[in-house]
Amino acid sequence: MVEKTNLICVSCPMGCTLEVTHDGKTVLETTGNTCKRGLSYAKAEISDPRRMIATTVRVRGGEHPLVPVYTTAPFPKPRIRELLDQLRAIELDAPVQLDQPVLTNALGTGVDVRASRKLAAA
Amino acid sequence: MTQRTHDVVVIGSGPGGLAAAIAARQAGAEDVLIIERGLEMGGILLQCIHHGFGTQTFQEDLPGPAYAQRFVDEARELGIQAMLDTMVLDITRDRRITVTSQESGFLELDARAIVLAMGCRERTRAQIRLPGSRPAGVYTAGTAQRFVNVEGYMPGRRFVILGSGDIGMIMARRLTFEGAQVERVLEIMPYLSGLMRNYVQCLLDFDIPLQLRHTVSRIVGQRRVEAVETVAVDERWAPIPGTQETIPCDTLLLSVGLIPENELSRKAGVAIDPVTGGPFVDDGFQTNVPGIFAAGNVVHVYDLVDWVTEAGTTAGRRAAAHALAQRRPARNPVQTRAGDNIRYVVPHTIDPEALTEEGVRLQVRVRQPIEKPVWVEVWTGEERITRSAERYVRPGEMVTVILAQKAYDAVRKAQELTVRVVER
Repeated sequence: MVEKTNLICVSCPMGCTLEVTHDGKTVLETTGNTCKRGLSYAKAEISDPRRMIATTVRVRGGEHPLVPVYTTAPFPKPRIRELLDQLRAIELDAPVQLDQPVLTNALGTGVDVRASRKLAAA
Repeated sequence: MTQRTHDVVVIGSGPGGLAAAIAARQAGAEDVLIIERGLEMGGILLQCIHHGFGTQTFQEDLPGPAYAQRFVDEARELGIQAMLDTMVLDITRDRRITVTSQESGFLELDARAIVLAMGCRERTRAQIRLPGSRPAGVYTAGTAQRFVNVEGYMPGRRFVILGSGDIGMIMARRLTFEGAQVERVLEIMPYLSGLMRNYVQCLLDFDIPLQLRHTVSRIVGQRRVEAVETVAVDERWAPIPGTQETIPCDTLLLSVGLIPENELSRKAGVAIDPVTGGPFVDDGFQTNVPGIFAAGNVVHVYDLVDWVTEAGTTAGRRAAAHALAQRRPARNPVQTRAGDNIRYVVPHTIDPEALTEEGVRLQVRVRQPIEKPVWVEVWTGEERITRSAERYVRPGEMVTVILAQKAYDAVRKAQELTVRVVER
């Protein structure tokens, strides 16, 4: 069944309002986007919604007790909880380097999680 | 007391200060010093662990700490000095800076140019006069953000957030990630005050309800917050009788606006615009005090770090030029004015003798949202010199109009420029 769904693109801070015409998970037409990222966002959001995820993991012996970490690519939305649970179990040792791998191929999605700053040892 | 003279001293090491210091050094200032109150450089970006930084500067979607790290590393490579854990107590009109720290003790420094980059502060409970008792459990959103993201404390389990600013929405998601329950986000205005993307990915994604035209009418609890009473308001923010509701919670977060931090600027004799809360600046971000520049959220509150970096770069470059005595004082500055549906325009003046190839960026906020296509126009007297097409305008989203080189003849002849919004 062909239907129309309104989405707000989250690819960048502009937040374009998209009108997506789609048949089930197949996108037929997207309007309202300013750039091509809007088209790929609409396609992904209808078929396989994903989000960039940022959280923290524990660090032993660092100048802060936590280090911030981030996904290097959008991560499947329905599995965010699972990812957070897995990251909660991780503890790194200081020092931590910027972009140090924290979790590779998280939950088999092909998405990596890395540290988003340097953290010196205390 | 020791005396040292620096080419450029930058107060604050957030994105504005880092960009200013780097640009000043690259523009030929030899002795550039950053003074930072915290223990490390990076400012508030260090607690902004979410994505969304750098989409304009690097065409990459970086988390805040990673964005800051690039500039911190660059500053170090350029040999920019930094005094950390150091508090600036005073700045004078003739650019003498008094600082104190455990390491240096009480110290006076002289600067040929200063860039003010102190950023902004959050509006507090006292400033919005929230009624009720004064229990523990009422925090500004940014304070809670620091607790959760840097220090590893959860400030509560069950939250209500007042204000739909970006930090409040981002914290709603962050707290949800950490297992807390976010009951509701309340916004007194009839529209969202943060970015739409944050409404989608922070509230909608996690089914956190947003109520527009609602506020907290009372905080309940003696030692700790036990509940908040909420109420719907009319156009004049008056509570609508019969709409009260009690929401049990243990913590109330406030995301109700940011105020440029200008106590030091005032001490230096810098004139402050009552609308923006920041200094009056020219197109090189020089204040009314020659040799004192200001960049970033200390001038007006931006919604994108990328624009803060850009402002810092401009201010740093001009500060270096001032320090190297290349810059003349502005002659007959052209005033910018807020016209129809514009709340304010930054910069406040343009130096017609110092127009550069890059064009001049006029950044404005509108008074009222218009959810249809509009022109944002720049007029000088009877002549429209440029305009920018926007698909909508909202008070929460800054609009930029660029005066390109082809508009410079008109700018040079103008007494003032007026920015206005008209429907297309």
